[in-house]
Amino acid sequence: MAGPVVPRAFPPPVRPAEEFVAAPSDPEDERIEVGVVIVGGGPAGLACANRLMALLADEPELAASLGEVPVAVVEKGKACGAHNLSGALMRPSAIDELFPGADYPHFGRVTGESVLLLPSATRAIRLPTPPPFRNHGNVVVSVAELSRWLAERAEEAGAYVLTETAASSLLVSDGVVRGVRSGDKGRGRDGAPLANFEPGSDIVARATVLAEGTWGHLTGAAIERFGLARDPQEWALGVKEVWEVPRPLDRVIHTLGWPLRTGAKWGEFGGSWIYPMNRDGEPPRVSIGFVAGLGHRDATLSVHDVLQQFKTHPEIRRILEGGTRVAWGAKAIPEGGWWAMPRLDAPGMVIAGDAAGMVNVPELKGIHYAMHAGMLAAEHVVAALKAGSTDLSAYDGAVRSSLIGRDLYRSRNMKQPFRRGFFLGGAITNAMVATGGRFPGGHWATHADADAPVEVGDRAASYPRPDGTLTFDKLSSVYISGNATRDDAPDHIRVRRRVPRALAEAWRWMCPAGVYEIPEDAPADGDVDLIVNYTNCVQCGAISAKGGRLTTPEGGDGPLYRLT
Amino acid sequence: MNVLVYALHRDGAINKNSLGAVSEAARVAAELGGEAHAVLVGGDELTDELLASLGAFGAAKAWRVRGPEGLAQPVVDAMGVLMSEHGYEYAVFGGGLLGFEIGAGLAARIGAGVTMEVTRIAVDDGRLIAERPILGDSSISTSRYKGKGIVIGRLNAFDAREDPSAAPAAVEDLEVQFSDFSTRPRMVRRGEQRGEEINIEDADVLVAGGRGLGDKDGFGALEELAGVLGGAVAATRAVVDAGWYPYSAQIGQTGKTVAPKLYLAAGISGAIQHKVGMQGSENIVAINKDSNAPIFEFADLGIVGDLNKIVPKLTEAIRARKAS
Amino acid sequence: MKICVLVKEVPDAAVEKRIDPATGRMDRSGERALNPYDTHAIEAAMQIRESGVADVEEIVAVTMGPETAVRTLHRAVSLGADRSVHLTDPALAGSDVAATGYALATVLQRESPDLVLLGQQSDDGACYTIGAVVAEHLRMPSLTQVIEMDIAQGPDGLVLTCERQAEYGYDTVEVDLPAVISVGDAINEPRYPSLKAIMGAKKKPLETLDVAAAGLDPARVGEAGSQVVCGEFKAPPSKQGGEIIEDEDTDATVERIVAWFEERKLIA
Repeated sequence: MAGPVVPRAFPPPVRPAEEFVAAPSDPEDERIEVGVVIVGGGPAGLACANRLMALLADEPELAASLGEVPVAVVEKGKACGAHNLSGALMRPSAIDELFPGADYPHFGRVTGESVLLLPSATRAIRLPTPPPFRNHGNVVVSVAELSRWLAERAEEAGAYVLTETAASSLLVSDGVVRGVRSGDKGRGRDGAPLANFEPGSDIVARATVLAEGTWGHLTGAAIERFGLARDPQEWALGVKEVWEVPRPLDRVIHTLGWPLRTGAKWGEFGGSWIYPMNRDGEPPRVSIGFVAGLGHRDATLSVHDVLQQFKTHPEIRRILEGGTRVAWGAKAIPEGGWWAMPRLDAPGMVIAGDAAGMVNVPELKGIHYAMHAGMLAAEHVVAALKAGSTDLSAYDGAVRSSLIGRDLYRSRNMKQPFRRGFFLGGAITNAMVATGGRFPGGHWATHADADAPVEVGDRAASYPRPDGTLTFDKLSSVYISGNATRDDAPDHIRVRRRVPRALAEAWRWMCPAGVYEIPEDAPADGDVDLIVNYTNCVQCGAISAKGGRLTTPEGGDGPLYRLT
Repeated sequence: MNVLVYALHRDGAINKNSLGAVSEAARVAAELGGEAHAVLVGGDELTDELLASLGAFGAAKAWRVRGPEGLAQPVVDAMGVLMSEHGYEYAVFGGGLLGFEIGAGLAARIGAGVTMEVTRIAVDDGRLIAERPILGDSSISTSRYKGKGIVIGRLNAFDAREDPSAAPAAVEDLEVQFSDFSTRPRMVRRGEQRGEEINIEDADVLVAGGRGLGDKDGFGALEELAGVLGGAVAATRAVVDAGWYPYSAQIGQTGKTVAPKLYLAAGISGAIQHKVGMQGSENIVAINKDSNAPIFEFADLGIVGDLNKIVPKLTEAIRARKAS
Repeated sequence: MKICVLVKEVPDAAVEKRIDPATGRMDRSGERALNPYDTHAIEAAMQIRESGVADVEEIVAVTMGPETAVRTLHRAVSLGADRSVHLTDPALAGSDVAATGYALATVLQRESPDLVLLGQQSDDGACYTIGAVVAEHLRMPSLTQVIEMDIAQGPDGLVLTCERQAEYGYDTVEVDLPAVISVGDAINEPRYPSLKAIMGAKKKPLETLDVAAAGLDPARVGEAGSQVVCGEFKAPPSKQGGEIIEDEDTDATVERIVAWFEERKLIA
C-alpha cells in the first residue's frame, strides 16, 4: 500500500481570483441596479437585510437615493434556509436586539443538559458540564426554519429576496467591489448552453455584503483578490438528522469520545449533539448530529457513517427507539476561530458570519455572531453610503471589538491543542477555559485541512450496515434532503479527477452525499479515475476543505432543508 | 341502480382497460341491484356483433351512438343524455387518457362528482365508493358521492373477466344531438405509432438494467428477454449517465414513473431514487449478485445470483414455454 | 388575441408529501411552487406570441388559491404573463375538480379569452382534468395531453393543429379558436425567467377577486358545492415479504422463475 497522501499536492483546477472576479460586462441599461446587495439568505444576510431596512426607514433621503430596490438578498437555494443547517442552540441576544419581543419560531429554551463521555460502544460516563457547554438561557432553533422567518420579515420590510439565484462572480472595477453577477441558468452537463439558456445578470450595488456561509464561493475569491487571509481556515463536517420520537427529550446532550479515536495520530476532533425539539401541537422531535474535524488522517472516516454508528450506542438508541427519521443534512463548520478570521472588508464590500469563520468552536455557537455581524455590517454600510464612500474599513475593527471578537479571541486557541490528542488536548483546553484563554496563551496556528496527510485505515468495518429503521445509507439520506437536481445540470465541483487511491478513498468516505465513487475495476494502489456524481451534492462544503473546491451550482439546485 | 360504462374502441376491437371497466361495473351494479350498460361512439365499425360481445364481460346492454371517434366531447354529449334521461346513477371509465377528459367533462355537464386514478370500487351502505392512491401511493383515499358519481380508473387497475357463456349484450341505438363546440375539433390522423421511442410508461412488462450489468453490452441480453416477454427495456440513472442506455428509458426520481404488471430489475441495487419510479409495479422481480441490495427488501421475487448466467437461460426457458 | 393561462400553486416537488399525523389530513406545510406543467403552458403562450402568426395583445395568468398563491402569479408573470387574476376566498376551500373548474371558468368568462392554456395535470391531487371541466362551462372545444401545437391563420380565423397522446398512439387534431388546450410536459422546454423579470413581477397588475366579485354561486363551490367527499385516508395493503432464491443450479432456478411467472399469468 502506498504511503500517506497530502490532498494539497493535488490541487483542484481552479483559480478563484481570476475566474470569479471580473468587471461588470452587461451593457449599462441591462444591469440591475440595487442599493445594497447581500449574498446569502441565512442568518447573517437576513439580519443585515432587516437591519438595513430598519435603518433606512429613518433615513428617507438615503433610501430614496438607493432607487427602486434599496436592498436585495441573493440566495442560491430554493428558499432562504434551504441550504442552512446547524444544531442548534442559539444565544438569543441578536434576535432579541433585532426583533425585540417577536414571536420567532423556536423549539423551547434549554432546561437541562448533560455531557457524556463515551469510552466505548456501550458505556457512557456523565461529566460535569464544562463552562463552554453551559447553555442556560439559550434557545433550540432550526436555522433552516429561522431563516425562512427572517426572510419573511425582510420582505415585509421592503427588501427583495431573490431565491434560486446564485452569485457566481464578484464584480470589481478600479479596485472597488461593485456588486455581483448572478449565475447562468440552463447549461447542460458539459457546460454548453441548452435551448432555454438564460445568462446571469450584473447586479450592481453601492455596497456588497458577503454572507455566504461556511464555504463562501465569492468570499474565497475576494480573500484571494484583496489579500485578506490570516491563518488558514479549518473546517469540521457536521451530519445531522431530525427524528420524530415517542418520548420528548428533556435536556440537551453533548457527547465526546466514541466513535472517534483519541490518539493524536488520527486527528479526530469532534463529538455529537442531541437537542430536544419540542413545540406545542407538534410531535416531539430531536435534532441529532455528529461533527468531526476535516483534518483527520484516516481516509475511511465518514462522518455520516460515524453518525449511524453512534446511534447504535444504547444510550442514544434509547432516545430514538420507536421514532422516525424525518430529516437529514450535512454542512461544514469553520473551526479556525480568531486566527483564521480574514480581514473583513475591502472597498465596497464586507463579510459577515460563517463565511468569515465567526464560530466559537468550544461553545458551538455561530448563529448569533452571524446575526450580530450582519447588523454591524448594515450599520457600517449605511454610514458609508451616507458619506458617499466605499470605505468600509471601520467594520473590521467594529467586529473585532464587539462581543463577536471578544468571544472568538477568548477561545482562539481552544481547538488547536486537540491536535495533541483527546486527553492532552482536553487538558490544555480546560486550562484555557478556566483562565478565559490567558493560559497557556500564545498563537497556536491553525493548519489547513488539505495539508493533513491521509491514509487508508480500517474504520469501514465498524460502520453499521444500514437497516433502514435506525441507520441509513447515504443515497436515501440525500433523497430526504429534498435534493432533486436535474440530471443534465452542469458540474459545479472542481476537483482533480485522477488521484492516488488514498485520496480518492478520503473523498469517497468524507462526502456525506456519495458524490465521489471509485470504479470497481480501479487498482488498489496507484492512481484512480474518480467518478463524480455531482447531482447528489448537498453543498456541504467538505470537499473545499480537503483538496477540491465547490463552485455555485445553478440557482435552485441542491437540498431543500426545512427542519435542519 | 344502473351503471354506465364507456367502451373505447378502435379497428373493431374494444380497449382492454374498457373491458376491465365493464367487468368491474357489472360486479358493483349487481351489488347495487342493477345492471351495467356500455356506450360506444363511432362509425360503421360499431357492428351489432362487436357491441353484443360486451355481454361476455358483464354488460346487459350496449348503446351505439354514431359520432366522431377518438374525441372526448361528443362522448360527453352522449353520456350526458344517457345519465340524465335514462336513470344511470354512476359512470365508470377504464384507465386511459381519453377517459379522463370525458369523465371530467361529464361531471361538469350533469353536476356529478368525479374521482380519477381509481384502483378499486365497491358498494358501501347501498352507494358506490371509489378508492384511489395518493401521495406517491403511500396512502389510499376513499371517495363518496353526494349524488351521481363518475369513476375513472387507473391504467390497468380493472381486470377484465370474460364469461363466454353469458348472454350477449342487447344492442340499442341512440341518436344524439351534439353540441356545436363538441364537433369543432377535427381528427386529422388518429393513433399514429411512433416506433423509435417506445413509451415505457405504457408497457405491461419492463426489463430494467442497472450498474450490475457491467457494461452497455449487458443490455443486449435484456432486450432479448424483454422481447420474449412482450415488454420494453428500461434503465437506471446511473447507466444512463454512463451512456449505456438512452435517457428516454430512465426510471426514477428524475426519470419516468411506471407501474407495469411485471418489473424485472437486473443488476439494480434498488436505491430509493430508483424505487420511487417503479414501486407501484404489480410484480417486482430482482436479480442481483449482492444479497444485501436494498431491492430485495421490496421485490416480490428476488434471485441472488449472476445475471449473466440467469438472464440468457431465462429467455430460452420462456421462449420454449411459449412455443409449446 | 388574448391568451389566458390557468396556473396552480402546488407543493414543491422536493417536499415529501404526506398525511399530517396530527390532523389526519394532507400536510400542506412547506415550500410551494408553480405547478411545473403550468410553466409549459406559459411557455406555449409565449411561443405563440413570439411566432408572430397572431397579434397576442395579452397573456393573463389566472389562479384559484389561498393568499400564498400570489407568489405563483408573480412567477407566471416573470415568465411572461402581462397581468394576473387571483381568485381567492375562504369559501372556496374544499372545492373538488368540478367546483374548481366552474369557478375558474366563471373568471375566464369575464376575460373572454381566445385561447385558454393550462398544464394537463398538477403535482398534487393529480387530476388530469380541469381543462375539460372549464371547457364545458365555457362551451369551447377541449383537447388534453397536447404535446405539440402549431397556430396558423385559417380561412375562418386562427386554427390550432395539435398533436396529442391518446390510447392508441398520437392523434393529430385541428381545432378553430376559441379553445381550451391542456399541455403535456413534452411540448416545450420552459425558459428561465430573467432576474429583471423576476424583480419586476410585483409591479405588474394583479386583480384579486372573491366569490362575490367573481359572480360565483356560493352553492356551487367549496365543500358545500363539491359533489365528492374524500376525507378518509388509510394505509395501502401491506406488501408481503417476497421470496428469495439463492442461485446454485441455474437451470433449476430458471424453472422456478418461469413457474412463478406462469402462476401470475405473466407469460403471454
